[in-house]
Amino acid sequence: MSSAVDAMLVMVLLLNFFVLGSSRIRSIIYTVAGQGVLLGLLPVMVHEGIGLRQAVVSVGAIGLKAVIIPRMLMRAMTDLPIRREIQPLIGFRTSLLLGAVATAASMGLAARLPTLGSAGSQLLVPASLATILTGFIILTTRIKAITQVLGYLILENGVFIFGVLLLEAMPFLVEVGVLLDLFVAIFVMGIIINHISREFSSVSTERLSTLKE
Amino acid sequence: MIAMIDLIAHVLLLLLMPPLLLGVIVKTKAAFAGRVGAPLLQPYYDLIKLFQKGTVLSRTTTWVFLAGPTVTLFAVMVAGLLVPLSGRPAPLRFAGDFILFAYLLALGRFFTALAALDTGSSFEGMGASREVTFACLAEPALFLGLLALARLSGGLSLTALLGGQVGGAWIAAAPTMVLVVGGLFIILLVENSRIPFDDPNTHLELTMIHEVMVLDHGGPALGAVLYGAAVKLFVLSAVVARLMVPVASERPVIHWPVFVVSMLLVAVLIGVVESVMARLRLLHVPNLLLGACLLTGLGFILLLGSSS
Amino acid sequence: MGLATIFIPLLGAALAFLLRSNARRPLVLPFIGVAHLAATLYAISEPSRAGSAAWVALDPPGRVVLLLVSVLFAVCSFYAVGYLRLRSDRPNRVFCGCLLAFLGMMSFITWAGHLGLMWVAIETTTLSSAPLLYFNRTGRSLEATWKYLLVGSVGIALALLGSLFLGYSSLAGGQESSLVFEDLVRHAPGFSKPWLHAAFILLLVGYGTKMGIAPMHSWKPDAYGEAPGLVGAMLAGGMTSCAFLAIIRVFHIVAAAGEAEFASRILVAMGIFSMGVAGVFMVRQRDFKRMLAYSSVEHMGILVLGLGLGSAGAFGAILHMVNNGLVKGVMFMSAGNIHRAYESKSTGDVAGALHRLPISGGLFLAGFIAVTGSPPFAPFISEFTILNAAFSQHRYAVGGFMLVLLLVVFMGMGVTVLAVVQGTPSAKARKTAFHDRPLTIVPPIALMTAVVILGLYIPGPLQAMISEAVRYLGYTEVRP
Repeated sequence: MSSAVDAMLVMVLLLNFFVLGSSRIRSIIYTVAGQGVLLGLLPVMVHEGIGLRQAVVSVGAIGLKAVIIPRMLMRAMTDLPIRREIQPLIGFRTSLLLGAVATAASMGLAARLPTLGSAGSQLLVPASLATILTGFIILTTRIKAITQVLGYLILENGVFIFGVLLLEAMPFLVEVGVLLDLFVAIFVMGIIINHISREFSSVSTERLSTLKE
Repeated sequence: MIAMIDLIAHVLLLLLMPPLLLGVIVKTKAAFAGRVGAPLLQPYYDLIKLFQKGTVLSRTTTWVFLAGPTVTLFAVMVAGLLVPLSGRPAPLRFAGDFILFAYLLALGRFFTALAALDTGSSFEGMGASREVTFACLAEPALFLGLLALARLSGGLSLTALLGGQVGGAWIAAAPTMVLVVGGLFIILLVENSRIPFDDPNTHLELTMIHEVMVLDHGGPALGAVLYGAAVKLFVLSAVVARLMVPVASERPVIHWPVFVVSMLLVAVLIGVVESVMARLRLLHVPNLLLGACLLTGLGFILLLGSSS
Repeated sequence: MGLATIFIPLLGAALAFLLRSNARRPLVLPFIGVAHLAATLYAISEPSRAGSAAWVALDPPGRVVLLLVSVLFAVCSFYAVGYLRLRSDRPNRVFCGCLLAFLGMMSFITWAGHLGLMWVAIETTTLSSAPLLYFNRTGRSLEATWKYLLVGSVGIALALLGSLFLGYSSLAGGQESSLVFEDLVRHAPGFSKPWLHAAFILLLVGYGTKMGIAPMHSWKPDAYGEAPGLVGAMLAGGMTSCAFLAIIRVFHIVAAAGEAEFASRILVAMGIFSMGVAGVFMVRQRDFKRMLAYSSVEHMGILVLGLGLGSAGAFGAILHMVNNGLVKGVMFMSAGNIHRAYESKSTGDVAGALHRLPISGGLFLAGFIAVTGSPPFAPFISEFTILNAAFSQHRYAVGGFMLVLLLVVFMGMGVTVLAVVQGTPSAKARKTAFHDRPLTIVPPIALMTAVVILGLYIPGPLQAMISEAVRYLGYTEVRP
């Protein structure tokens, strides 16, 4: 079981790099959706014996991260005149390199923290940290509001990977609450993106620079 | 006795098989395009024809111009002797020879670039600069991939890296192996100027990379260039083929045919890639190379993470 | 029964969404505010059930915060009626509904006895307060809302990761897995230390973002600058206190694990840093609402600094949380009035507030004197307690820094505030329709009275509540 989980986590890491190196917002949305599918499968793969809870969390995560949110973002895209992230604050190659450094650092950090051998694979912790850092890089270096939302989504994906380790410890209610909150957060962000495009006829957060010292 | 057979088979295949791979690639592309295509042995006929021609040299060139193809051919041949083609120990092997392997490839490239610059043509200089730029990005990927293999096998020679242990490596660290094979396949494409990096059939100098460097070569010199390129394709394909088909056997009757078949498979794979992909814009090439670095680098990092 | 503090506001929110009349809808706010206050008083009069491992339980620090939030909201709700009457041109359905939902979620934070539940509640406060910032529908308020939402969400995501780390730390330490605070505190000594340290840092960064301590304060000046005054009051007095409550609870767990020293060092450093950043940006600040935001950054710094200074410091910090919340209410409401009257919040346009709006201007000036910690106002007592804690532990550098920074803030803030209240108002400002009305000045006056009373003496029940909260953190002796 563990090697299948390993393979999935490596896929997740590769998708991170794809997002970092890609400028087309549509393909980033598809990538993040693909990552959502992988994440949704994780709870079932890591914990042997598919209980009702794993199933519900899996279905919920896939439904939310791979279907509903990507569709919402896609719909937002059809109303907007943007197709790609043109001028990120740092270039795509630099972000790829940063991503590589972040991944390596996550591996190093995870190796220094004591892990329990029992649950799943050794890669869960580093993959989670690397995905979180990737989300951070996207969030801080891209200027389109929709790409920033995608960065936030990747960040949440990373947190979700770590959450798989604690599936038994986390009460069901909280997991559902977390997923629901994520949904509402993205929803509210979607509304605001809409307002931004109407107000500034652009969705670059670059325009959002009146307020500063 | 077996060692003798292995040695003879190794040298014969290294000398004779390379043009066949080119033929297979061309045939695959033709099949995709719905054409009959050139005969499989066409590259051999081309080479024979070229070696029968006379040589015309530009007055501005020096000895470097002819040294280019010669040194390149010699370098890739020696590199071919380092690779354990069928999983049996290679004819030449010592600890750390994978570094020599990488530098032999670099030496060949260096002399090709020098010969190109020697003509004083601006087109060739441009091609040389592009080739060297991409090589700079490809080399780290190659090294990281080889390092990952070295860490998996515990040895430092290509015989240890690509020998009988590959099967065990697949069992121990499948994700790493997938990443390394993926990365090395990209290296195979870029080092041999294949699509999506470069189009070997292009006729527009401005878009050429490798082909533009050898525009001024003709006759036997061009033959040597083409033959050297074929050998280089053969050598790198052999590395990928060894990783993808990790058969280890003691009996030449088994492992040599397996090797030949796996090489043909790699050639078909290259043909498929060339058929379904378009050539990348020059600006995007470094991104893909960086991707190759990331693949092999990630493979290497995964090993570090799991063993410590 | 005490759970009514959560359900009453949520019911009120539903009611506000259902009501059709734009003019009468704001009247829901004071009704709910008073009902919430009554429910709160009932809840805190019940004996605390400390030690019960329930998911929903009001712990002693939670009581203090609940009381503060409830009082602040009840007062602000009357102001809201006056404010929304002035802005009758705008639909206020979303505003009223979200404001009440926001109150409900803040109460929920105080009741949450489970790390995950608390996380959900805090995240929901971000979401329910975002529409409040966008009430004015301008480009600038949109920008502020976007930053608030994004920065807040990222912070809260880190807090979730920290919560998970904490859970994993208990698993890695061989303890049974539970995220209920009481269980966590009981099992804390067996936790895996590296994971605990990482969890504390992540939770501090995450909830610190909500609280607005530097360097995670970037959303604050924009949000406070663009939000209506009363929203600023609820954010600066209520939500930041709830975030501080989250940090107190996390600190409690870490201290129970025997790592109080580690946590304190970080808290003190963050506190000093926040005060320093606030001091730097406060000097020559020309926008008086943004100035209030930096003042909030400064006071959040004082809170975490106090929490890191042992039992006396913790007492001071919790008391200061109450005082700061009340004073911020005064400041934001009076600043909102001045903003309305001058239709500007830059010191370039605003002068002579004492002439134009004698009462609001006077309150603003008094609020400034109070918030910078001058006697006889309440913040003086709490800041003095924290300083005293620093010096009595022979941490002269910490105390010295704090004194110097308080002085810098006093001077920086003083320049701006005096520019606002003194001088003569411009001709344009004289012509605007706004003037002090009972509904917009009685609420801040009420809060100011409370600040003065707390400065003169701390009522017994409040003192008992704070002492209980400090004892709850594991300190045996409480010496205010």
